[in-house]
Amino acid sequence: MSSDTTAVRYAGIDIGSRTIKLVVVDSSGKILERFQSDTGFDPMTTANALIAKVSFDKIMATGYGRNLFELSFDAPTVTEIKAHARGAWTEFPDARTVLDIGGQDSKAISLFDTGKVKKFEMNDRCAAGTGKFLEIMAATLGFELAEFGAQALAAEKDLLISSMCTVFAESEVTSLIARGEDRKEIARGLHTSVIRRAAGMINRVSSDGPIVFTGGVAKNPCMVQLLAGRLDREIRIPSDPQLAGAYGAALLAAEARA
Amino acid sequence: MTTDYTSMWQELGLDLAGHDALLNVLGTAYTDIYLSQKNRPEGMGYFDFVMSEVHGLRIKELMDEKAAGRKIIGSYCVFVPEEIVLAANATLVGLCSGADFAMEKVEQLLPRNTCALIKSSFGFKIGKVCPYLESADMIVGENTCDGKKKAYETLGTLVDNLYVMDLPQTKTDQTRDLLKAEYMKFKTAVEELTGVAVTPESLKSAIDVVNAKRAAIHRLSALRKADPAPISGLDALLANQVFFYDNPARFTESVNKICDELETRIQEKTGAFPAGAPRILVSGCPQAVPNWKLHMIVETAGAVIVGEESCVGERGTRNLTADTGTTVDEMMDAIVDRYFQVDCAIFTPNPQRLDHIQEMVTAYNAQGVIHYGLQFCQPYLMESIPVEKALEEKNIPCLRVETDYGMEDAGQLKTRVEAFIEQLR
Repeated sequence: MSSDTTAVRYAGIDIGSRTIKLVVVDSSGKILERFQSDTGFDPMTTANALIAKVSFDKIMATGYGRNLFELSFDAPTVTEIKAHARGAWTEFPDARTVLDIGGQDSKAISLFDTGKVKKFEMNDRCAAGTGKFLEIMAATLGFELAEFGAQALAAEKDLLISSMCTVFAESEVTSLIARGEDRKEIARGLHTSVIRRAAGMINRVSSDGPIVFTGGVAKNPCMVQLLAGRLDREIRIPSDPQLAGAYGAALLAAEARA
Repeated sequence: MTTDYTSMWQELGLDLAGHDALLNVLGTAYTDIYLSQKNRPEGMGYFDFVMSEVHGLRIKELMDEKAAGRKIIGSYCVFVPEEIVLAANATLVGLCSGADFAMEKVEQLLPRNTCALIKSSFGFKIGKVCPYLESADMIVGENTCDGKKKAYETLGTLVDNLYVMDLPQTKTDQTRDLLKAEYMKFKTAVEELTGVAVTPESLKSAIDVVNAKRAAIHRLSALRKADPAPISGLDALLANQVFFYDNPARFTESVNKICDELETRIQEKTGAFPAGAPRILVSGCPQAVPNWKLHMIVETAGAVIVGEESCVGERGTRNLTADTGTTVDEMMDAIVDRYFQVDCAIFTPNPQRLDHIQEMVTAYNAQGVIHYGLQFCQPYLMESIPVEKALEEKNIPCLRVETDYGMEDAGQLKTRVEAFIEQLR
């Protein structure tokens, strides 16, 4: 260990399916730097470009590209589940439940009071009910992704969407459009269907207490409001929910320093 | 493989091109998954040889047995009593499954949402790539789950030698009588096939042979209690898989030999994994060769599998047949009693299985359980939720996995398994 521990910098890189996030913390866990970039089709080049921007002593990788990163950089890795749990718990130490909806996967995690993972649920196989689903549905309805949640929130009612499969939901949406339905209401229905699924996952891991909502989808105001309403539980959003995994990985890199 | 078995496969009516392709995939998978493991016991060389000759030398042996007038009986389930088959001078072999083959043709006969195990066994038949099936003089189906019992109705149209055995689904005196009646009927059918009557002597000797094989596997399992684990879960799984194919006497001898080596390794604290590696029990659906997917994912992530609560594993092998009987009928009773204890999820209710999982967790000092379910396998998937709940009440972490033989979910499965291992560390 360095004698001047305050100067040691720990990085966490979260190589997600849609974006790569990089966070650097000091040994007290304070965030020094943060970066984010679209993953693109060549994640390692993007990751390289990001880490070239910062200096650090130790790095820990997470996200679906972690194993590729591990090979290229000989860095330790941690799963998204542990990384998001750690990032969320550090910002909200009384949190015992975390919901992470990312580009490709969604996870509900319950924690011990030490912040350790107690139990988790994760989608298997396909990306139904994730950020990618919402992205494709926004495009189908002609909304900018950044506006999608706000527009859905402005709808007066939900239009029931029964399919969670992206391809099936897209044809369902197409027929609703053809029927002349209000696209905001369709958007609201799509959000509700994702929330139904997420709520089911959460209920399988924990039944009460506040929920920390992480991942890119937590930036969508309609998702947050619908989730709170459906579960009647307090929803807490980290200062930058998309960075929770990278932040958690950086904190874990610091812990692994011995 | 050193010998050319082409003419033998041709005589069996195999599709040579398809069969070559299958063996290539199998060989590559074996090299990648098995031979790449570190710190393997030397005795595993035996199983490496068995696997390299699984469609070669072993089939040649079966063909030689047939030439000498012995019959070959193929089965899909641990409920088919090997004792009866051996006592009537026939050989029992497990039939092929465990990998996807000819799926587009299978889906013309079975619904797409049928479990991988059933679809696979059909694929091997339709694709003509299972020499065990093609050499069998009798194929035994058994009415276990709904999927299997209905699938045998269709399999019966593809083969001319299918014998279907009924099985109870509850455990009462009445249903024990049903099992006994079915086993007596099966004995008669096998005797008719071989022309050899089961005698007290032949049945006694058969019970001894099968018990010895099980005892060897029990010895191997018990050695997995050590930390560091002297053998990987992958290698132990292979031993449990080869149990269904190999010559019983040779298998017993070879497993005992490996056990001798493992005892030395335990004394010397030589492990397949470092001491303190997270220890996991796998529980659930059977894993036929070459279904090594879950074990591979778990063990490449740094945890060691210390037991299989499975038909290919301890559920299938744990009980011995009592050798106290002197008449055929007494021995048949002992056989019925032995098989009636198998706690397959087709039984309702099935509390013994949950007890056994908890016993295994304690005995093998496992820190967590991965419940392995094949997609669309209702009995085991239905049991997975109560199993998970019961384990969690005892603070034993449990991960429920639902998968098939394809690799499309490998990424997500790996993440979930790794997160589960992080939970145990």
